[in-house]
Amino acid sequence: MRSFAYASPGTMEELLSLLNEHGPAAKLLAGGTDLMVRLRSGHILPRIVIDLKRVKALRPDIVETGSRGRPCLRVGARTVMTDLIQDERVRRHFPALVEAAGVVGSVQIRNRATLAGNICNASPAADTAPALLVYDAVANITGLNGARCVPLRAFVTGPGRTVLERAEVIESIDLPLPTGPRGAAFGRITRRRGVDLATINLCCLVKPDGETRFAYGAVGPRPFLVQDDSGVLANPNTPPAARDSRLKELIAQATPISDLRGTREYRVAMLLVMSRRTLATAIERL
Amino acid sequence: MKIPVSLRVNGQAHSLEVHAHHTLLELLRDRLNLTGAKECCAEGECGACTVLLNGRAVNSCLILAVEADGEEVVTIEGLAANGRLDPLQSAFLEKGAVQCGFCIPGMIMAAKYLLATNPHPTVPEIQAGLAGNLCRCGGYSRIVDAVAAAAKAER
Repeated sequence: MRSFAYASPGTMEELLSLLNEHGPAAKLLAGGTDLMVRLRSGHILPRIVIDLKRVKALRPDIVETGSRGRPCLRVGARTVMTDLIQDERVRRHFPALVEAAGVVGSVQIRNRATLAGNICNASPAADTAPALLVYDAVANITGLNGARCVPLRAFVTGPGRTVLERAEVIESIDLPLPTGPRGAAFGRITRRRGVDLATINLCCLVKPDGETRFAYGAVGPRPFLVQDDSGVLANPNTPPAARDSRLKELIAQATPISDLRGTREYRVAMLLVMSRRTLATAIERL
Repeated sequence: MKIPVSLRVNGQAHSLEVHAHHTLLELLRDRLNLTGAKECCAEGECGACTVLLNGRAVNSCLILAVEADGEEVVTIEGLAANGRLDPLQSAFLEKGAVQCGFCIPGMIMAAKYLLATNPHPTVPEIQAGLAGNLCRCGGYSRIVDAVAAAAKAER
């Protein structure tokens, strides 16, 4: 591995000032499960790696709080997948996120990888992204110019790119608590069961009033969210042909590529199959 | 740039200076001569470098040595106590779960974490718990048998 300097700031002020000083020559280290791979491959060559683990304002836990007048679970930037999966409140209210976080890497990876890191890496195939999209998650961002909140659907702008500006970090991710019943499910295709990147991944969320949302990953430059308000999809008695034609309209904006995990044609075909399956599971859970 | 690091490994305190770009695995193998944890894929796919960091199974190839400052590490060398093997080690021997042996330190550390968090796992739970560990010999059945046997022995 090429050498680099290392800093482990204790406060947000020190962190932001380091980020401001080094700009793109600095890389942030939370869990390190993606960063270390890219450091070793030489894919990235930062002058300095800034460890977030001792920044007190970046919490490793999940707290119940209110945000913009709505109760939510606030997932601190240093919260690892294992702790997210085991949290009873997350399990009760965000089961599709638990399913998604539960297939990230392996046990060893989930013991280190953070939810915020998964989102900041901005991989088109990030497994937690579709769930965060259907659940209306919001990134709380802190920077030298103050704080701002960005909905997840606007956070990732392209492969590896986010709205984060120089000297800005995610401080936490808010998951708004549900106001009524809903059913949600996560789905994913991989070539093998463990430790693989998704060929496609998706999440479906259904509400009793018929609102149905899908979020898709690995089928475009960034995960995206679509919504059906017609009630056609949420109604289990809709004829399959009508359901499929509505699903095809929703997935029309997917622009998958062919790569080693699957061809474009395969991904398009599986999008429909997996949409049907996650929809059925989400309706069952309603 | 050398950075001072203090950590406990297998119950013993160590203070040393490390390069920022050196991994915990390098610290264990090259500085402390604990060569049980192996470097293989060096990208978190194979699990041969698995150790416990503050009680949790991690890939030591994906962790910087400086990140372990102030932390507690347990490696395969720390399992046997007073000349007695850990029940997992005994079970691996009894079940013939060790072929070439390269993956076994990582397998056993991953299994150690599994049994610490789920003392009586089902076979699918054992398979899921070891999903981050590859065995190039393909000896998975006996490895799973050994973990199940160790869980039973502890009961």
